[in-house]
Order: sequence, then structure tokens, then C-alpha cells
Amino acid sequence: MDQMLTVSSSPHLHGGERTHNLMLDVLVALTPTLLLSSYLFGYRALLVAAVSVGSAVLFEYLYRKLMKKENTIADLSAAVTGLLLAFNLPVNIPLWIPVVGSFFAVVVVKQLFGGLGCNFVNPALAARVFLFSWSVHLTTFARPALDFTQYLGADAVTSATPLASLKAGALPSESLFSMLMGARGGCMGETAALLLLAGGLFLLIRGTITWQIPVSFLGTVAVLSLLFPAAGSPVEYMLYELLSGGLILGAFFMATDYVTSPVTGKGKLLFGLGCGLLTVFIRRFGGYPEGVSFSILIMNLLVWFIDKATLPRRFGKGGKRSV
Amino acid sequence: MRFHGGIHPDYHKGATSGKKVEPLPPPELLYVPVSQHIGAPAEPLVAPGDKVALGQLIAKSEAQLTARIHAPVSGTVREIAPHPHPSGRRVQTIVIENDGLDTVNDEVRPCPKRPEDLTFDELVALARDAGIVGMGGAGFPAHIKLASARGKIDTLLINGAECEPYLTADHRLMLEAPESILFGADLLRRCFEMERVQICVEDNKPDAVAALQAHLADFPGAEVIALPSKYPQGSEKHIIKAVTGREVPSGALPADARCAVFNVDTCASLTRAFRKGLPVHKRIVTVSGGAVAQPKNLLCRIGTPFSELVAFCGGEQGPVGKVLMGGPMMGACQFDLAAPVIKTTSGLLLLPEEKPRPETHCIRCGRCVRACPMGLAPLHLKRSLDCGELDGAVRLGLRDCIECGCCAYVCPASLDLVARFRVGKQQAVRQQKEREAAASAEK
Repeated sequence: MDQMLTVSSSPHLHGGERTHNLMLDVLVALTPTLLLSSYLFGYRALLVAAVSVGSAVLFEYLYRKLMKKENTIADLSAAVTGLLLAFNLPVNIPLWIPVVGSFFAVVVVKQLFGGLGCNFVNPALAARVFLFSWSVHLTTFARPALDFTQYLGADAVTSATPLASLKAGALPSESLFSMLMGARGGCMGETAALLLLAGGLFLLIRGTITWQIPVSFLGTVAVLSLLFPAAGSPVEYMLYELLSGGLILGAFFMATDYVTSPVTGKGKLLFGLGCGLLTVFIRRFGGYPEGVSFSILIMNLLVWFIDKATLPRRFGKGGKRSV
Repeated sequence: MRFHGGIHPDYHKGATSGKKVEPLPPPELLYVPVSQHIGAPAEPLVAPGDKVALGQLIAKSEAQLTARIHAPVSGTVREIAPHPHPSGRRVQTIVIENDGLDTVNDEVRPCPKRPEDLTFDELVALARDAGIVGMGGAGFPAHIKLASARGKIDTLLINGAECEPYLTADHRLMLEAPESILFGADLLRRCFEMERVQICVEDNKPDAVAALQAHLADFPGAEVIALPSKYPQGSEKHIIKAVTGREVPSGALPADARCAVFNVDTCASLTRAFRKGLPVHKRIVTVSGGAVAQPKNLLCRIGTPFSELVAFCGGEQGPVGKVLMGGPMMGACQFDLAAPVIKTTSGLLLLPEEKPRPETHCIRCGRCVRACPMGLAPLHLKRSLDCGELDGAVRLGLRDCIECGCCAYVCPASLDLVARFRVGKQQAVRQQKEREAAASAEK
């Protein structure tokens, strides 16, 4: 054997998982919802998504180039951030808004702290909150241009968003079926609860995310709504709370962001619990009808502490040496 | 009972698990290193020009923790000099010119006692005189393990898990010499005065379980357990956990969990020493890995250069990326195939060339935490070490790391976690020694 051999540390086998595969899973899981949005709201939904994803990737590319760092757009994390940001915006938003949002998410929240893995809050959510500076644009929701539930005989007259109704202490005018199918006003990613659930399930089955955060987040909201309904029957009220706003998107796609959530199962349960408590608290008592973004961002800030408090149980801990 | 964490890698055992062990003809020159075990190197008892016989003691040490070395063939000592060693270092090596006669040393004779009359001290002496070490790959001298476990254990386990991918040396031994394993296990059981000894095999080797079970009638104290296949089932700590539910305390020995674990090949070596008086002078080596033409299980003399094994298996097939001694999860890379088979060589793997997998940034996905069988948080350990916080890493359990490689196997960022932890552990040991030295200097 006259060739040179590679010498490296063990292990010499790798399971094959790569960061960009995980990010790709998230993009795939979000695609059905994006398609439904463009069906419901027209091509503009695709346009907003394209501008948001495109600018996020471009800003990441430019920043890394300018800072003479290796380029990281291939890890697809910027694309995920861009798409999630688009899902947090209404369809009729002026197109400069997603561009500003992407800049804030990718450059300010992520790259200035060192890039993927170093940011301490979810970039897309932080950008969304930053964009509240132009709150008129963010809270003017389009009604679905096309409402296929009409053909199914469902009631589809939309006025305020379902969350605004809940906030006012009344059940929304939409039926629960419409809520599930996406025929309601709201952000792109707030509409099609069923497809978001399917996407979340896909991620769970693929092992891309684990069950703890979505279950404890949604479970906490469900239990609290069931115990303290503000309108209608407890079960009905609970279902409306679960299907309204960005809760499903938040619980499966935003709160589960690896970088900004705890690493242990116990920590994830606590994190989801905190997100759920804060969401209900803000929805009920806050000045703004939706609390999912804020609750996740606040819990993001506690991740370091939660990680520290929920270290896994070490093998052989507590035992005594006898020799 | 199961242990937390672990992984299910592709086992790749099919290439050799059905192949009978073939004897590899001993080469003309054998390179017998004086260090093939954990502990002090042995000191040569022979000089260049001396005639040696097969099984003759050629190196020993008076140190506490050490193992004896014997001549694997008969012939003449040609030189004693540093030579490439599987550890990557150059180690003092006794080079023996094989005379091809395999003349057995006069002192090699069966144990005169009946197995039921063997005392514990005699068993310890038997293991010591035969140079038996942990044959699973750890290389801990068996006589020291025996002595340290004496009177402290209530569970005796025989490790036939062989959880490393590719390796089938123990598997073949269980299929081809089950009686010899059970006999050795029974010797251990008698000497420890235990009622039973449990032979633990992963359930992906049902034929090995059956082969052992077929002989159980002759060994009423023995029992075969099929454990779920999961890496690192064969780790001493985890096999104890899986069978008894007990955890060996951090930094302690199996005896602290009232257990002793011996490898199946260690048992077979005890049998050989008892029945024939033969010390460890050969062992089964799995030659496999995807870049070798004919994967085989070979019975090799200790001291046979790796190049001989590769040649006997038809040479390389396709471009070779790495050559490993041991399994792909914990094995060590070889850069010089002049290095020889030693007592702990369970496998020689030729892995095909692979695209390099560059490290990217940790994304905190938590896969390493779920995979770590020691309950550590590898990402936190890495972070501490990257920040130069050695004490912080030690507090997080750095020294508990068994370097099994599960964390690196699952890491989507391809981080070289084990390499960092290995270096960190060495630094921690050095730092502790320095602090102890400084503390004693102050007194």
C-alpha cells in the first residue's frame, strides 16, 4: 500500500445527518401551507414568500462575503428564516417590509452574534416584532380571495380576525371547520391549521423535531383555555384558541428552533410550558390579541438557564466508590 | 433493562459473520511489542540471538499493573528495537525470526488440577502466567481484574455483545468454540464461588446464542442472555446496567457495582491456559471494512504485521481511506501497516475513501444529548472546552466520557467531539497531577 492513509480521531462512522438536511425538512414541511396560502390569497402569497426568502439568503451571502467568512447559505438556515418570516406577514403587505425584516433577522439577530447556532432569539420572530414598528401594515389582514369552503356549505363571512373576536370575549364568526381549513383572515402561516399540523407531524415522524415542545406548548394552552373559557363552551373555546393565530405555526416550527430552544427533553417540556402560559396570559390580558411570538421570544431568553437547570442525569451519579 | 442513549448504526457484519475462522500462516518475522495492554510495558527477558520456543515467556515486568508477553512462534530473536505499534507510537518490540517449526516450550503443560479444585489464587496465577488481558479491546490485565474483584461481586457477566460494527471475531468464537467459552466462564464462576455466570450476547446474533445454549447442559451454572442490539451494549458499564440495572458509579470500577465482566475471548484464553498451558499467542481478527477484496476472520499469531493480513485477504479493493485497528466507532487509525497484531486486535478494517465531512457550527439540536449513554451533554462539554474552561468541563462530567463516539455519530454539524473530549481528558489528568504536586510542595 503506497498511498497515503487518512488518520483521524474515532468514530469513523457517521449517521449521515447534516444541518442542511434538517433545514430542508423544515422547508418541505412548510410547502403545503405555502401552496394553500397562494391558492387562498392568490399569487401574492408566493411573491411575499419569494421576496422574503430571497432577501434573507442574499443578506446572509452579502454579510459573509463582506466579513470575509466562509459562505453558509448552503446550510439553508437563511431560507428557513425567510420563509418563516413570510409566514408571519399578511399577504397584502408592501414588499419592502419582508426585505427590512429579513435584514433584521439575518444580519442583526443572527450574523452579528456569530451566525447559525450563536443567536439567542429566533431570528424570524425577532424580525416580526421589529416590524411592528410599521404595525398598520402588519395587522391589516386580507380576507382569502378565494374561499373554497363556500362550496362545502360552510359559513365564511369574515370580519375581524378570529383572535380579535376571542380577545373581545366572543367566539369568532368562522366555523371551526373553516379555521382548520384556512378560510379566515390572518398571516399566511396562520391560516391553514390542518396543513401546518400535517407539516408538524412530518417533522416529528422524520425525527427532525421532538414531541416535547409542541405537546407541552399546545397542551398548556389547551388546558388553560378549557379551565377558563371566555366565551362559548369550554371545548369549543379551547379549539378556537388552539386553531387561532400563530399557535400551531409557533408550536411546531418556531418554538422548536434548535438554536433557541433547550437541548434536553425535560428542558423542552419546561420551555413549552412557559410558552403556553405566556401565550394565554398575553392573549387574555395583554394589549395585543396574539401572544405566541412574544411568549417564544421571552422563553428564548431563558434557554440558557433552562439548559443549566435541566442537565441530563449522569450515568452512575449518586453512587459511591467503595475502593 | 436498557441503558439510556446509544445508537443503532449499520452493523455491516454480514460480510464476515458467516465466514469460518481461517488460520493465517505465521510470517517469517514477527514483531511482538512489549506493550499490548493497559499498564506498564513488560521488560524483555531475551536478547538478540536467543532461541525461543512457542509460548515461552519473553517479557515481564515487576510493576503492579502489567501483563506478560510470550513468544507466538518458535525461532530466534533477531533484534529488540522500537517498531511501529497500533497505538501510532513506536514501541519497544521483540522481533522473532520464525523457524517454522512451532516447537512448543517445555513449560507449556496443562494445569494438573481438576477444574473444581482450582483455587482463586491459582486462577489469578493462571491468568497472569498466560498473559491474559481484556481481549475485547480494552486490554486490562485479567489477573489484576480478578484480584480486585475478589469477594466483592455478586454478579459475574461474560461479554459477548460485540456491538462494534463490522467486527465478528467474538461472534465466530461463540459459534466455533462455545464449549471453550463456557468452560472458561465456569472456571471463573467456581473461583468466585458464584451460583451462576451469565453470558451476554446481542440479539442480532441468534446463532451464537443457540450455539452457546447447546452446551449449557454441561455447565449447569451458566446462562445465556440475549440483550437488545444497541451500541455501546458491549461497554462494561452498559452491559452491567442492561443486565442488573445497576450503574457503576462515576470514576469507580465494576466491582463497586458488585459486578465483574470478562470478554468471551478472555474466557476462551483461560480455557486454553488451563487445558493446554498455552499463553496468549494468537487471536481471531476480523479483516473487513468495504475496501478489502475478501473480508475474512483470521486466526493470527500475535506479532503478525497488518500488511500480511491484508495480503491474505486479497489486498485492497478500491481506494482505501482509512485503516483501523478495532471497530469503526472506537478503533484507532493506522498509518503504517508494519504495525503488528497485538492481544487487543479484534479487527483490522479498511474503510473506503470518503468525501471529507467539514465541521460546521453546533446548532444545538440536542441529538448528542439524546445519544450519550453516559448522560452527558456533549455540546456543553465542547463549549466549555472551546472556551478553555477545563474545570467547567470536568464539572459537567468530562471524565465520565467513555469515547464511544455516539455523539459524533449523530452530530449534523459533523463536529469532532470525541477528539476534543479525549484531549480534554488528558489535559484534566495532567492538571490534576500538577495541582497535587503543587499542593504537596506547599506542605
